[in-house]
Amino acid sequence: MIEAALLFASGCYGLALLLNLWRISFGPDLADRILALDTMVINVIAILVLYGIWKGTAIYFEAAMLVAMVGFVSTVAYCRFLLRGDIIE
Amino acid sequence: MNFLIELLISFSLVVSGIFGFVGSFGLLKLRNTMQRLHAPTKATTLGVGGVLIASMAYFFAQTGSLSIHELLITLFLFLTAPISANFIAKAFMTRNLSQDDLPPTGRDYGWAPFDDPPDTPPDARG
Repeated sequence: MIEAALLFASGCYGLALLLNLWRISFGPDLADRILALDTMVINVIAILVLYGIWKGTAIYFEAAMLVAMVGFVSTVAYCRFLLRGDIIE
Repeated sequence: MNFLIELLISFSLVVSGIFGFVGSFGLLKLRNTMQRLHAPTKATTLGVGGVLIASMAYFFAQTGSLSIHELLITLFLFLTAPISANFIAKAFMTRNLSQDDLPPTGRDYGWAPFDDPPDTPPDARG
């Protein structure tokens, strides 16, 4: 039962990644693209955790934590660049 | 593994998968950027929370000890999602809107992307 649920959730997040990719490619505004990238990072975190459950190891939590931190910092850096034209003033 | 725990894990996995998909579908479907901001920042964050709860229950049932990695990731995501949403909204407002497009704030100072912050914080004025 858990395997079926894992497959279902992985399929959902894979489809979600594809939708985000569409928004990154055709998003009319730059803010849409940043938002889609941010969502993509969150979906990748979910997929990493799902893969960790599938494999039964706890290693992937570290990877998910690192991806979460890098994703947040990159979103803030990109937005700051749009807002101020500079990242560190 | 206990059937009830297995049911709980599978239920939260399915629910979180649906939430994650709905978040990204909303990102695709909604009409303008400010509306699109709602779907991923709320639904997807909730979906990831469900995945982390499932993983916590799974590893608790496997090893018998509670792991707090998931709680760390959940805490980090729930703290950072509103901040990044606020930043994206501000970036969108500075690029696409002028101060005339927005309703008046009803205060002494204007909207944050356009106006300098007040010298004294509003709650210090009494």
